[in-house]
Amino acid sequence: MLRAFSSRVRAASSLVLAEVNAAGELQASSLSAISAASKFGSDISVVVAAEDASAAAQSLAGVSGVTRVLAASGAQYKGGIAEVVAPLLKEIQVASGVTHIVGPATPYAKNILPRLAALLDVNHISDVIEIESEDTFQRPIYAGNAIATVQSADPIKIISVRATNFAPAEEGGSAAVEDAPSVADSDLSKFVGQELTASDRPELSSASKVVAGGRALKSTEAFETVLYPLADKLGAGVGASRAAVDAGYVPNDMQVGQTGKIVAPELYIAVGISGAIQHLAGMKDSKTIVAINTDADAPIFQVADYGLVQDLFKALPEMTEKL
Amino acid sequence: MVRVAVGVKRVIDYAVKIRVKPDGSGVVKDSVKHSMNPFCEIAVEEAVRLKEKKIAKEIVAFTIGPKQCSETLRTALAMGCDRGVHVNVPQLDALTPLQISKMSAKIAETEAADLLIMGKLAIDGDYGQTAAMTAAILDWPQATNLYSLQHNGDNATVEREIDGGLETNEIKTPAVLSVDLRINQPRYATLPNIMKAKKKKVKALKPADLGVDVAPTLTVVKIAEPPTREAGEIVEDVDALIGKLKDAGRI
Repeated sequence: MLRAFSSRVRAASSLVLAEVNAAGELQASSLSAISAASKFGSDISVVVAAEDASAAAQSLAGVSGVTRVLAASGAQYKGGIAEVVAPLLKEIQVASGVTHIVGPATPYAKNILPRLAALLDVNHISDVIEIESEDTFQRPIYAGNAIATVQSADPIKIISVRATNFAPAEEGGSAAVEDAPSVADSDLSKFVGQELTASDRPELSSASKVVAGGRALKSTEAFETVLYPLADKLGAGVGASRAAVDAGYVPNDMQVGQTGKIVAPELYIAVGISGAIQHLAGMKDSKTIVAINTDADAPIFQVADYGLVQDLFKALPEMTEKL
Repeated sequence: MVRVAVGVKRVIDYAVKIRVKPDGSGVVKDSVKHSMNPFCEIAVEEAVRLKEKKIAKEIVAFTIGPKQCSETLRTALAMGCDRGVHVNVPQLDALTPLQISKMSAKIAETEAADLLIMGKLAIDGDYGQTAAMTAAILDWPQATNLYSLQHNGDNATVEREIDGGLETNEIKTPAVLSVDLRINQPRYATLPNIMKAKKKKVKALKPADLGVDVAPTLTVVKIAEPPTREAGEIVEDVDALIGKLKDAGRI
């Protein structure tokens, strides 16, 4: 009886999957995942896997709340393929018995964590926006038009968190860095290469201001001549609606919405975007929303704090000039 | 030539503005328009194109859910799939992606599929994890958020949508693929094909036939409306807009 009870209340401990980019730099969303993990107690290990994970591991060691950093370096971790990283996480979980595994809800972690969950035969709860307790989580469903509260009976809780809902963990830690257990390369999948969109503007998911354009921009040139100048004046990241992406005005990775990126900046300026459900899913948690659109009946005005019913080709240059 | 299995899901139509039940038990589904999950349509289209390119010899479409899902399956057959498998589960919402994945893996094995193609996400639960879980259960490679697919015998070259651009991987087959929006433009089923689809065979199964335990492992405590935003205001001109944003401390 006593033993059953003590095993049930074993202290929570968590493992965070940190994300690095192709250059081996730590991504900001990892810090939000660490702050989410702090809700499961003070025992927080972080694992980072990359061809050379040492620099990212050093910066993670300095993050407040982190007790242990596991650095997995090796050619097999290049590109972060799920067939290698998921078994690595499984091995760490089995060896350490962590009760919670947390990652950012980014394409990187969302590729790995479900594979890990199935390897451990537990559920994966994706896109968590609120942690109510050790086993109860809130997540949006139906493109953010409903919020589900779910309770997991699994012995290991694997969640991915929306970075915009958790303030990033700050500096001020001094964790030890250890080598992660080594897992073998997988012959199932090989990383070949990446083709990234080069941009000097702030990264869309973490920008404090975002200017986004839709179908009404009508061309790539319009993005360049009227939208980017305003974004640059504001120091904003640039986003787009699916219509603008599908029309080829801008690359895919600029898409904001249910099927693109989720952003929640201080200021979101939607230009020539009607405001379809799928677009709103990606931006309606922004602090202040501005809509500029010629159609006064566009649904975007129902969520906008400030709306301007005007031709964007007149409004944007004027705004850029006056700022 | 390879054999392809495609998973399709019946969901509330993407254009419907959903309503949350006042008692917090779920969303209103009765007399609400349902259709095939848009990402599943893209998965079916990709499979049919593989057949048209003489890469696939047979496509089996499968669905898991209540009896109305047979309509979704017929749509997949009308788009060009050859046969159907319907796993009858009256309460689909009670199943988790893990349980769905176990069933999908079993179907892929039973049907001797070389490629299992799914959508990257169902627009109702927004989980986005069934493909990766199914791949893990089968110990097959996965290619999620697929942007392009080039099949070369026992291998495939896949381009995937990632943060910041595209990534290319070389995977072995058999494999599980989940398609993203831009890989193709799904076709409409023509009337003659809809008529032909009525004659195609559909195998009816129960979860027990696949050896999957459907006991609940996640409890939905409640479904709530998201917080609503306060009504905003329409400003006269650019000067007024800049003034408001300065007052609010946003610029």
